[in-house]
Amino acid sequence: MYGGGYIFDEPNRRQLKDEQQHDDPEKLLEFEARITSGAKIEPGDWMPVEYRRQLTRLIEQHAHSEVMGALPEGTWITRAPGFKRKLALIAKVQDEVGHGQLLYNAAETLGKRRETMINDLLSGKSKYSNVFNYPAETWADVTVIGFLIDAAAIVNQVANAKGSYGPYCRALERICYEESFHLKQGHDAFIELATGTKMQRDMVQDALNRWWQPIMHFFGPPDKNSVHSEKLMQWKVKMASNDDMRNQFLDAYVPKIWELGMTLPDANLQKNSEGRWGYSDPDWDLFFKVINGDGPCNSERIKVRKWAEESGRWVRQALMNSANAKVLPVA
Amino acid sequence: MQTNPLQQAITYLLTKMADDALILGHRNSEWTGLGPIMEEDIAFSSMAQDKIGHALGLYSILHETYHAPDPDQYAFLREEKDYLCCHLVELPIGEYDFSLMRHFLFDHADALRYEFMEKSSLEALRPLSKKLKGEIKYHTLHANAWLTQLCSAGDESYARMQSALDYCFPLALGMFERREEMEDRLMDEKIYPGEEQLKEAWLERIYPILVKSSLNLPDPVNTSPINGGRHGYHTQHLQPLLNEMSAVFRLDPTAKW
Repeated sequence: MYGGGYIFDEPNRRQLKDEQQHDDPEKLLEFEARITSGAKIEPGDWMPVEYRRQLTRLIEQHAHSEVMGALPEGTWITRAPGFKRKLALIAKVQDEVGHGQLLYNAAETLGKRRETMINDLLSGKSKYSNVFNYPAETWADVTVIGFLIDAAAIVNQVANAKGSYGPYCRALERICYEESFHLKQGHDAFIELATGTKMQRDMVQDALNRWWQPIMHFFGPPDKNSVHSEKLMQWKVKMASNDDMRNQFLDAYVPKIWELGMTLPDANLQKNSEGRWGYSDPDWDLFFKVINGDGPCNSERIKVRKWAEESGRWVRQALMNSANAKVLPVA
Repeated sequence: MQTNPLQQAITYLLTKMADDALILGHRNSEWTGLGPIMEEDIAFSSMAQDKIGHALGLYSILHETYHAPDPDQYAFLREEKDYLCCHLVELPIGEYDFSLMRHFLFDHADALRYEFMEKSSLEALRPLSKKLKGEIKYHTLHANAWLTQLCSAGDESYARMQSALDYCFPLALGMFERREEMEDRLMDEKIYPGEEQLKEAWLERIYPILVKSSLNLPDPVNTSPINGGRHGYHTQHLQPLLNEMSAVFRLDPTAKW
């Protein structure tokens, strides 16, 4: 699961050599013509330095989001009520980790190793989707994540699958196929609560109230603030604007929530006469605060990930070390 | 649930097998998101799914043929003393060395159990056993590959695996704890071969892999098994696990979730 909240990373000009700042203009023209014609860029092809850098960052953030996203949901596998939900949730979270693996592989084709990416995640240099820095407090939260966050991620990923970089597109095609099952899983669990007992309906309403703002944040800041999106869109790194994706999501899912008699905590949420959704601006200062490490669960998530990295280090070292065979001990 | 002694013995047998699978599946699922490498994280989640699926298969037979409550009620809502799992599966996941060794020792025993059950006189068990045997084959292949790899990869990983084996072995012997009044009936009816025979077959099965890994097998004759689970006596780790497992379900056991 990954949102469209990709934020252009301003290159540090002082650290770049001249040839990195100024791509060969002929090659650049040829490259841009290929993208316009709909051709895919493959790992061995020439690409502008900035294309490689932004794309690496995007795919890496996506990979981290899959892996970190497994944490809030993963803690509910052991608490899932009944065999049906338990089996579905393990399979779902396992898929998410598998998506992380596919995406790290895709990012590696651009020249950054998985180990380096994971180190950057742990040091806070690399980001992941903000939405996973909020707590999953009840079982209803798991159904809201499985239904609405997965639905939002699909909007973003289906768009990105039409992008220009071959390995990322191919990974996304497979991911989208699996995500469509996740959405069914989440939808089914959500409906069960929304049509259940009063306690279950109250649980799911409470979860919706708490998750609405993170969901509105999910697609990233409004287009008017995304000053650098044009180049990314011309190069087909970013395939749809944040506001367009948010609108597409609201259009598909708000009516579904309302149909179930649930409410959303925004009195200004409504569709206007031109078919666009109006809403109150979520708190964008909070969005940036959470991205920069100050959300409710940032440090807890990174702590868990660090535990996994540190306690698993001997296993990874052993994998690199198989030639160093033990001799049979004297019994 | 029923008074017929043979049915009681069958219920005992299926319950202990299902409880082992459920509780180990629960533990293995705790690796989701935390594995030493992502591939192992995925492998443990996948094996957890299989184990929980095996438990469901067995609880379903109990429900359909032997008048047990429906699988969700039976698996999630019993009192701690009514679970019959062995202590080995109850322990927390610890570090990867412990979890891998537990997986190795348990899955070889599990594979043998279903190989025997495939020929059981109890017809309801045969098709399920055949299916599960096929799945567990991959679990034992996975355990063997990792064990031999880690034991040939330097001092630290070798020492960790030897310590894990020493620690797990008495617990693993507890898998074969006997309850004679139940077992004799099942053996008379040729439903299952008995724990002693399973244990012997298991030792023969694991021994060559331990030799290949250069691990010293603790003495099976003079090691005291850690028993209790098959009689309903458990470690301090089971009750918190059950509380966690049933936390949502107990909010309203009559609701649909």
